[in-house]
Amino acid sequence: MGSEIKLKKKDFQSDQDVRWCPGCGDYSILAQVQKSFAELGVNRDETVIISGIGCSSRFPYYMTTYGMHSIHGRAPTFATGLKVSRPELNVWVITGDGDSLSIGGNHLIHAMRRNVNLKILLFNNRIYGLTKGQYSPTSETGKRTPSTPLGSVDNPFDPVSVVLGAGATFVARSIDTDTKHLQEMIKRAHAHKGTAIIEIYQNCNVFNDGAFVQITNKDAKEEQQLRLVHGEPMLFAGGTKGIRFNQLGVPEVVEVGEGKTSLDAICKHDETMDTPAYAFTLAQLRYPDHPTPVGVFRAVSRPTYDDAVNEQTQRAVAAKPSADLSSLWHQGEVWEAE
Amino acid sequence: MATSSTPTGQDMSATPRPIIEVDSVVIRFAGDSGDGMQLTGSEFTKASAVAGNDLSTLPDYPAEIRAPTGTLFGVSGFQLQFASHQVFTPGDQPDVLVAMNPAALKTNLPDLVTSGSLIVNTAAFTKPNLTKAKYESNPLEDGSLEGYQVFPVDVTGLTKECLKDSGLNAKSIDRCKNFFALGMTFWMFNRPIEPALKSINDKFRKKKPELADANIQVFKAGYHYGETAEIFTQSVQVKRAEIAPGKYRNIMGNSATAIGLVTGATLAELPLLYAGYPITPASTILHELSRYRAYGATTIQVEDEIAAAGAAIGASFGGSIGVTASSGPGVALKAEAMGLAVSLELPLVVVNVQRGGPSTGLPTKTEQSDLLQMLYGRNGESPVAVLSARTPGDCFDCAIEAVRIAVKYMTPVVLMTDGYLANGAEPWRIPKLSDIAPFPAKFRTDPENFFPYERDEKTLARPWVKPGTPGLAHRVGGLEKDALTGHVSYDPENHQKMCELRRDKILRIQQELGPIEVNGEHEGEVLVIGWGSTYGAITKSVNELREGGAKVSHVHLRWLNPLHPHPPQPQALRPTPWTARPARSRCGTVARSRSPGWDAT
Ligand SMILES: Cc1ncc(C[n+]2csc(CCOP(=O)(O)OP(=O)(O)O)c2C)c(N)n1
Ligand code: SF4
Ligand SMILES: [Mg+2]
Repeated sequence: MGSEIKLKKKDFQSDQDVRWCPGCGDYSILAQVQKSFAELGVNRDETVIISGIGCSSRFPYYMTTYGMHSIHGRAPTFATGLKVSRPELNVWVITGDGDSLSIGGNHLIHAMRRNVNLKILLFNNRIYGLTKGQYSPTSETGKRTPSTPLGSVDNPFDPVSVVLGAGATFVARSIDTDTKHLQEMIKRAHAHKGTAIIEIYQNCNVFNDGAFVQITNKDAKEEQQLRLVHGEPMLFAGGTKGIRFNQLGVPEVVEVGEGKTSLDAICKHDETMDTPAYAFTLAQLRYPDHPTPVGVFRAVSRPTYDDAVNEQTQRAVAAKPSADLSSLWHQGEVWEAE
Repeated sequence: MATSSTPTGQDMSATPRPIIEVDSVVIRFAGDSGDGMQLTGSEFTKASAVAGNDLSTLPDYPAEIRAPTGTLFGVSGFQLQFASHQVFTPGDQPDVLVAMNPAALKTNLPDLVTSGSLIVNTAAFTKPNLTKAKYESNPLEDGSLEGYQVFPVDVTGLTKECLKDSGLNAKSIDRCKNFFALGMTFWMFNRPIEPALKSINDKFRKKKPELADANIQVFKAGYHYGETAEIFTQSVQVKRAEIAPGKYRNIMGNSATAIGLVTGATLAELPLLYAGYPITPASTILHELSRYRAYGATTIQVEDEIAAAGAAIGASFGGSIGVTASSGPGVALKAEAMGLAVSLELPLVVVNVQRGGPSTGLPTKTEQSDLLQMLYGRNGESPVAVLSARTPGDCFDCAIEAVRIAVKYMTPVVLMTDGYLANGAEPWRIPKLSDIAPFPAKFRTDPENFFPYERDEKTLARPWVKPGTPGLAHRVGGLEKDALTGHVSYDPENHQKMCELRRDKILRIQQELGPIEVNGEHEGEVLVIGWGSTYGAITKSVNELREGGAKVSHVHLRWLNPLHPHPPQPQALRPTPWTARPARSRCGTVARSRSPGWDAT
């Protein structure tokens, strides 16, 4: 264990030149992961980062951990095989919005359903960066790109809603430039046992600059972001506004204060709610009608796939101490020929 | 029946009857898919194996799970050849046909040898069944079966009678009738009944004890019916085959593959992770392997074949031997991941249990038409090792070999089998532990001077490092890599070098292979080149031709990439006047290989 020497952020930086465009949001995400790993005392030799294909998926090359840059959309499959066979390893998946929600949509939902003990960072820039700017499954309807000069006609996915629907046990959202918050979310994901996914709003300054600016820019931030904190009332705009659920369970924005809605009526966030319906409802809050929630939507505990498989194995081994090649071969009717 | 000889005497049973001794018999059980023909066939197979015959089987069942009863497309068959000599195929034409209904008779009669024996279940020859089988008149009555030895038996009625006090309902009783037919054939071929009684008991006792009793009762009734009704006035005897001494069991190809994989992993001292997605005819590998957790095999069923290949590669990255199996359509989905494994240079075993194509094709029928898919069906220059099994039992050896080569050369290895091997069975000589040498995998642990793509001089394999090994953290990926450091490299010369290294590494596998064996003269008039499951049919035909004096030789390829090293006398594979390349595909796609020394063919 190399964790006796305190690691620094730079201990996680590989000697490879980082090749993202200057100004790309990926730089900050890389830095926050490196910083958080250093602060967590993550053991580089016991960590594996597996990515798909996309700008974001170059990530493993820039880290000093073990890594695999795999194929488009399939990173969760490699990670699942690795984690099941080596449950003691710390396995992270890096993916983009196209990687995880178009070509890899199937693997993403099955990773959630199984609850494999993986940490997934979904870099959502709402665009295909690496292939030069086509619209992605998270792009807003009407998006004009080289492949949709008339504007896209399909409805976008909300990644948080998708994974909640697939049974995710830990779901969070953060922002590339919000370094403190992002570090906190990375640490929370690391601590979670089971699949943990963080949707990270990431700016692609070349093909989709300002995709999140209405939510992230300094002036809008207070009004447009709803910070989810477990056990705390859902307030925003400096505490002057809050979220209340009406009788139908539909969240509404209300003004809070004297002569307005009282603080008691504001919902207190509970990330541990058993039903995913609550988190799903929160995930429907979005610009421009509502503040966009950032933080942990859901953190619940469920047995993990890798544990379940390995417990079965231990039981099978205990039940059959005589298992050896000879007993494997001599099954069924055996006869002797002289 | 291949060769018949004169009656040799009396048997030991209650009613003495003449025994006809023959060298080999081909029998086919045919009935509705619900009639239990596969079970009947495999019981008869077991009994023949235990009686010391050599044998080969061919199950043939419809793709529909429960096809409408009585229809022509719902007929399920099981053919078996058993003999007192070595058997290479399940036989061309049955000597004996058991037809449980008109549809089974209609579809199978054309194959029966002239004057062959025909056991028919008369009760099934009803108007509606005859109509469904598209018979205009009842063949049992209109003389169309003349020339065959017909044994009309009311199998359904006799089974009902036998079980009238069993308390079973009519449907369950009807389902026992295949055991009556089985009993009759046991009498006909003078088979000891004890092993079958035990086998039926083992099969049903736990789950449905009432069926165990009923089936045994019906089986015995069928046997005694043969005796008392004196319908088979002679008993046919096939003597033990002279086979190499040792312990034997019956084995189907997919079982042999499964236990071969576990054996290979054990010999390599590696955990095995098998990831699969169900597909006919590969699924039974997944079923069988999933019973072997205690033997070091972990199986997972994942969301598709891409995920299966991905999970297997992920496991190999972690230091297990990753394995996945499928059939053509599923292997097509794995292609991109297999290309990644070529680039990552990690061990991986991919089994293709071929079936008829293109597309969904003929899921339950066999074909050898995926060879070019496996050799070339990936983007870029991405060579993989490819070998093929020739008999059900050979799947065991090939699976071990696939694991050994994958680990030693850090490469994906494709093992090709097919539906014919997967579901066919033969007696298999159980190896002795001392017969097989272990080949423990080596992992790099020394951080000194470590380069992820540095190569072993002899094999060109790169080092295998388990994540978790201190000081050896490194990154791999599908982008072209520097030939030493493994860092991403777009340098054209480096790319050329890597392409050559990947090619040469596969060619180096030749050093593992002995010279190709030639059955027959090295300089004949005709050379037959085969691969995979045509082994039996080719061997049989070539042997017959050679007995007749023809100068025909046969080589059978096990390795398809690389090909075996050139035979010692190079002229052996020089163009003979005729070179035949039979395969179970219309266009006989035997390797147009780029291996050195083979250009002549
Ligand atoms: C099988 C396959 N199809 C298509 C591509 C081309 N491709 C590479 S990255 C990409 C989209 C990446 O978008 P995203 O996942 O959002 O990543 P980003 O570049 O935005 O980080 C595509 C379509 C590929 N590499 N492989
Ligand atoms: S194209 Fe966009 S996402 Fe890709 S590196 Fe450049 S800025 Fe980043
Ligand atoms: Mg993107």
